[in-house]
Amino acid sequence: MHGLEVAVRVVIVGAGEVGTLIATSLAPDNEVVLVDADEQHVDKLKYELDVLTLAGDGTSAAVLEEAGVADADMVIASTDDDRTNLVTCGTAATIGDPFTIARVKHARYQWTWERTERAFDVDFMVCSDLKTAETIVNIIGLPAAIDVDPFAGGRVQMAEFDISDDSPVTGETVAEADTFDSLTFAALFRNGDMILPQGTTVIEAGDRAVVIGSPESVQKFAREVAPATTPGKAEEIVVVGGSDIGYHTARLLEERGLRPRLIEQDADRARELAEELPGTLVMHHDATDTEFLERERVDEADILVSALESDEKNMLVSVLAKRIGTDRVISIVDRGNYVQLFEEIGIDVAINPRIVTAEEITRFTHEGVALNIAVLENDQAEVLELELAPDSELVGRTIREIDESISADMVFGAVTRDHEFVIPRGETVLEAGDHIVVFVETAFVDRLIGMA
Amino acid sequence: MRGYVTVEWHASLGLIGSVLLYLAAPLCFPLMVAVYYGEPTLPFLVTIAVTVAIGAALRFSADVEQDLGPREAFLAVAVIWFVVAAIGAIPFLVAGQGTIAHPVNALFEAMSGLTTTGATVLGDFGVHDRSILMWRQMIQWLGGLGILILVTAIFSELGVGGAQLMETETQTRNVNRLTPRISATARLIWGLYLGLTLAVIAVLYGLHLLGLAPNMDLYNAVAHAFTSISTAGFSPEPQSIGAFTPAVQWALIPVMLLGSTSFLLIYFAINGDPWRLLRNEEFRFYIGIFLVFSALAAALLYRFPDVELGYHDTVRHATFNLTSILTTTGYASMDFTLWPHAGQYILFATMFVGGMVGSTTCSIKTLRWLVVLKTFRRNLFTAIHPDAIRPVRVSGRPVDESTIRDIYAYVLLSIVIFVALTLFVVVDGARAGVDPSEFEAMGAAASTFLNIGPAFGMAGPMDNYLGFPVTTRAVMIVLMWLGRIEIVPVLVLFTVSFWRS
Repeated sequence: MHGLEVAVRVVIVGAGEVGTLIATSLAPDNEVVLVDADEQHVDKLKYELDVLTLAGDGTSAAVLEEAGVADADMVIASTDDDRTNLVTCGTAATIGDPFTIARVKHARYQWTWERTERAFDVDFMVCSDLKTAETIVNIIGLPAAIDVDPFAGGRVQMAEFDISDDSPVTGETVAEADTFDSLTFAALFRNGDMILPQGTTVIEAGDRAVVIGSPESVQKFAREVAPATTPGKAEEIVVVGGSDIGYHTARLLEERGLRPRLIEQDADRARELAEELPGTLVMHHDATDTEFLERERVDEADILVSALESDEKNMLVSVLAKRIGTDRVISIVDRGNYVQLFEEIGIDVAINPRIVTAEEITRFTHEGVALNIAVLENDQAEVLELELAPDSELVGRTIREIDESISADMVFGAVTRDHEFVIPRGETVLEAGDHIVVFVETAFVDRLIGMA
Repeated sequence: MRGYVTVEWHASLGLIGSVLLYLAAPLCFPLMVAVYYGEPTLPFLVTIAVTVAIGAALRFSADVEQDLGPREAFLAVAVIWFVVAAIGAIPFLVAGQGTIAHPVNALFEAMSGLTTTGATVLGDFGVHDRSILMWRQMIQWLGGLGILILVTAIFSELGVGGAQLMETETQTRNVNRLTPRISATARLIWGLYLGLTLAVIAVLYGLHLLGLAPNMDLYNAVAHAFTSISTAGFSPEPQSIGAFTPAVQWALIPVMLLGSTSFLLIYFAINGDPWRLLRNEEFRFYIGIFLVFSALAAALLYRFPDVELGYHDTVRHATFNLTSILTTTGYASMDFTLWPHAGQYILFATMFVGGMVGSTTCSIKTLRWLVVLKTFRRNLFTAIHPDAIRPVRVSGRPVDESTIRDIYAYVLLSIVIFVALTLFVVVDGARAGVDPSEFEAMGAAASTFLNIGPAFGMAGPMDNYLGFPVTTRAVMIVLMWLGRIEIVPVLVLFTVSFWRS
């Protein structure tokens, strides 16, 4: 599945902030139909966007037929209600054969979908809570990375780093730098040329390194590449607010081997979070109490993430934290047009979940990532994830055998089996159902997809 | 009276009747032993007649259609354990041999057997028939895994009531179900117990056939398999396991440890997931305690003042006797009352540990200690961070705060009852002119209440409890009963609100 290279017909159900943002970005090059239940809102949009608008319930087959789903290439369900979006995709699949994209808030739907990647008749799913948390965690955890992409439901990560003059790994061999079991050093780009590194390859300043591995090993590697900017265990990270975004942020930080603190005001929710997050210190208190913040040394924290339910509270906490001396403050902003305001008053990063979601969907429609592909360095190489079919010619062979039989530039970055990370070694035998994350030169991509 | 009392005691009576009827089946085993050795069969025939008569009377007079609620389950559990012990004492009375012809002693021996304590009042082992001694072993095997789990396994019609009974017997909130039906789960666990018992018989008799254990004949192999996997501790030999070769003693150490491992874990380990054992935090904790205390005992024994033991014998005696006490079995490979004081105190301390929850052991059990220790560490942390919420986790799973409170209450209550019993033993002993020492009194109180068996001094492993006054022995009968069903089912029966409101 590749992106929208020619003008296609897209039906967007749900004309809230997300739907409108996507429509705005797609409208110039594509035929867009925007469906929303609110008639007045739809009428208004008709004059703001160059799209066809339709008032009606997106879960109704009649409405979708009227919107032209039968001939549509893509349906994007982007209302604020998860179940409406899932039913919309299911309904669309009974009418025609469009590529369906669903926006969901709750991670449980995303996890269900990942089990088959076809559940609910959804072809691509974007979970706003997870995506937002991932964005926050990438900003916090890997500030030195120029690109970070999750694979295999987040169990595998690819990251790209620029090696600077003062990086401790400059001048080291790859074997010296990559001391982590579950990390694969996939490639080096030097002056625009791709080098598949051997253990003896020396890393030079100005190189760009591509690594693939578990989130924790990527985090540790980042700390080795850029110790000054990458947080480690000693760094104090405080998450305020046990909302779903706060929870996923803490959980993903745990996965990278960091030890955040999470402050939640509701006692029952705090207990629930403490049970779910063994690596996080959960505290039950009102985060706007400055006395508490000082007692728990939040003033000395390196990073504070404010993920409370309302913009007012997020702003208050962020301003308080800045005032008592927290180094970096990241805040969730619920209303998109406040993002700039937050950043103007000195909050380091303001993130709006709806914008994050809309950007992800738009990016997807442009690039096309059905199999999860990251394109590297002017299309010289790609990192892609493949699920091995039972009749795949790769099944039953060891990674060494496959490497020896293929002349193209290719590196096995990671394997996940039954949703568990497997370290790829020469003797690892691939099985049907394995997800492999491979770094491969672009010329060989189509051939490799054929083999899987 | 009825209408005032809100317990549907009729339902409990019906169940008790059924249990007594079924009790006739295991009684046939010593009967056959008696026939084989040409010994009197009358003790068992009388007992079978009594249990069938009482059982039938209760069964058919009571309304068995009623469901077992939590209160009825408490009543049934407490009464069944007592009544089965009482019936189990009848063969000793009818046989009329030795010290256990006395009613209090007969009940003491039967209760000590059924509760897998292993404290004995047999004066002279030689005067008893082999069938009577085999019955003594068999009672322990029946009590090993808990009678109510056996009841649940047999009466599949109990359904939900079975879960109620098993939870009451083991004082757990949720019986881990291996299958959706609780009776099928009970049957799986009992099948496992039976299979392990047969395996132990094979191992012990196998040692005999290999010439490594001359006196471990089939009779002894069966008798000791009954009381080792059930961590119970009776032996037909007056010298306990000291009567057998070192090979037998080494073989019994892993058997006792197996009996004190959670049967659910053993089930999973046998069914293809052996690593589950090591992933279980309670198991690791338990094995850790075993290793540390065994090493400590061996180190202390190495400086044995009176008898010269070789290196191998020191390790063997230290490990065997420590395992025996830790697992609440109560075997002895030698008279540990001759050990240096420090060694005896180590044994005394391990009495309070017990085995894993869901095993055949008694005492406080390692899961409770693990939770107590972890909660203590957690509370130290929250003293510094008053706003921190830190759940106590066992094997990674959070433990409810209410469960933690129950566990603290249970541990405290156990210690209070132990102190009260010690006090009673000392005072009653002084009244009767026996004057047990403090350590003897503490040892005997802990050993009976925590269902271990032998104690120190006059109640040592090569001695018996006859030295204590009859009143003390009568009180110990009640406390063995109380300790085995984990206190609560008995104590609630003595609260007013149990019977009313």
